[in-house]
Amino acid sequence: MDALTQRAKLVDRRPMNWLEKIYLWEIFKGMGITLKHFFKKKVTIQYPEEKRPFSPVFRGLQVLNRDEEGRERCTACGLCAVACPAEAITMEGAERLPGEEHLYREEKYAAKYEINMLRCIFCGLCEEACPKDAIYLSETFAPANYSRKSFIYGKDDLLIPDPATQPEEYAAAKGLLDKRKNHNPDLTKTNELK
Amino acid sequence: MTLLAFDWGFALEKLVLIAIVITVSLVVAMYATYAERKVAGFMQDRLGPNRAGPFGLLQPLADGLKLFFKEEIIPSNSNKFLFILGPCLAMLTAMMTSAVIPWGGKVELGGRMVDLQVADINIGILYIFGVVSLGVYGMMIGGWASNNKYSLMAALRGASQAISYELAMGLSLIALLMLTGSLSLRTITEQQIQGNWWNIVYQPLGFLLFFICALAECNRAPFDLPEAESELNMGYHQEYSSMKLGFFLFSEYINMFISCTIIATLFLGGYDMPFVDEAKLSGIAALIVGLVALFGKTFILIFIFMWIRWTLPRFRYDQLMNLGWKGLIPLALFNMVITGAIVLFTMKAH
Repeated sequence: MDALTQRAKLVDRRPMNWLEKIYLWEIFKGMGITLKHFFKKKVTIQYPEEKRPFSPVFRGLQVLNRDEEGRERCTACGLCAVACPAEAITMEGAERLPGEEHLYREEKYAAKYEINMLRCIFCGLCEEACPKDAIYLSETFAPANYSRKSFIYGKDDLLIPDPATQPEEYAAAKGLLDKRKNHNPDLTKTNELK
Repeated sequence: MTLLAFDWGFALEKLVLIAIVITVSLVVAMYATYAERKVAGFMQDRLGPNRAGPFGLLQPLADGLKLFFKEEIIPSNSNKFLFILGPCLAMLTAMMTSAVIPWGGKVELGGRMVDLQVADINIGILYIFGVVSLGVYGMMIGGWASNNKYSLMAALRGASQAISYELAMGLSLIALLMLTGSLSLRTITEQQIQGNWWNIVYQPLGFLLFFICALAECNRAPFDLPEAESELNMGYHQEYSSMKLGFFLFSEYINMFISCTIIATLFLGGYDMPFVDEAKLSGIAALIVGLVALFGKTFILIFIFMWIRWTLPRFRYDQLMNLGWKGLIPLALFNMVITGAIVLFTMKAH
């Protein structure tokens, strides 16, 4: 039978020789191994100060996107809520009034948009379902909190900072989004559809 | 009149020395717990404690503080007096051993010769053996008074282990004593300073046996059977909480420090700095060099103790007894006979 990996070792079942029987030499060999590890580079990532880089396809907290002029992309079509297998998303649509064109990209927008982060399974189906490129999953994950209620994220928690007024925060929140899109051809396709 | 004739300076000097020695052993034991965790971490490719203070140096303080604030629980079915006596005895015997260790040569301080040894008694090693064998009572009494079968079993194991290994330890020492001809630790150290070689050169097998027995006496891995958590939950201190548990754990580290100092004194020349002629140095310089040498040797030995702990798995009980009775004792006897024969034929005795 072929081995799956090349790492399998045959167990040596020969009777112990004199040197092995007195153990001492073997103990020194073992101590050599631990001493080698003593000087090895440590594998610890010291969490709050150091963070492990996420993979570009990491699915963390959702972000509601804006376009280049800082207008909300979401039109409250409800496709994300329909796609959501955990039924974590609720929303209420509203009509854009004259004079609000700089706030909302299209005639309809989400007046209320809530994601229950306790229900969310971070599958990313909302991102795939969205025809307007308005929601995507970022590389942050839900922080710990004291109450269940505070895990229901409203628009103020989800919305990305305005690129016109807060460009740095916008870039930070955007994070790996562009990388994700390059990585995932499906997402690029939805971009083109738009 | 006899009271007036008493040398108060002498009493003060010894009191100060005792205070210093006890403080130093406590601090060393405290930081030995930190070192233990660091060594364990490093040998397992981790970092060890590094959050409390720079490099985690305040960790032992935090641990001690935590132990003090923990709830004090005395089991209702335990023997309360003995339950409290157990950890006290463990701590007491751990501290008492340090009395006969020579920490350095004699120095002149303020017009009087100060001896850096609490008591230079001519039966130094016997005293240590006596106190160390008393140490097992702390464990025994603690385990028995807890009224818990696991604690009792652990205590019994600890006692039988201590007895078995004390025997081999004593036998391995007899060979050394044949060479030195003295039981006083001061004399043994001075012989090593004056002679060309440390005793480890004359007694390599004796050193090895003594080292292994010291590991067993300190209940250090791979001989930590009284604390075998997989078989005995936690061992003889299972029912203990708060600082009483702390005392048990702490006395283990003090014991380790003291036994490393004793090994350094008996076999590695004590406060003798290699390649340095102490006689040429002035009093204070010689003292500092001596202290650095002794503590350096001790700390290296402590590191080796920890290194062994994080390398070797625990012995099974029958393996422990086999090694003690069928391995170490015959070897110690053999070493004794060989040394005796050589001493007899060469008259190399001091």
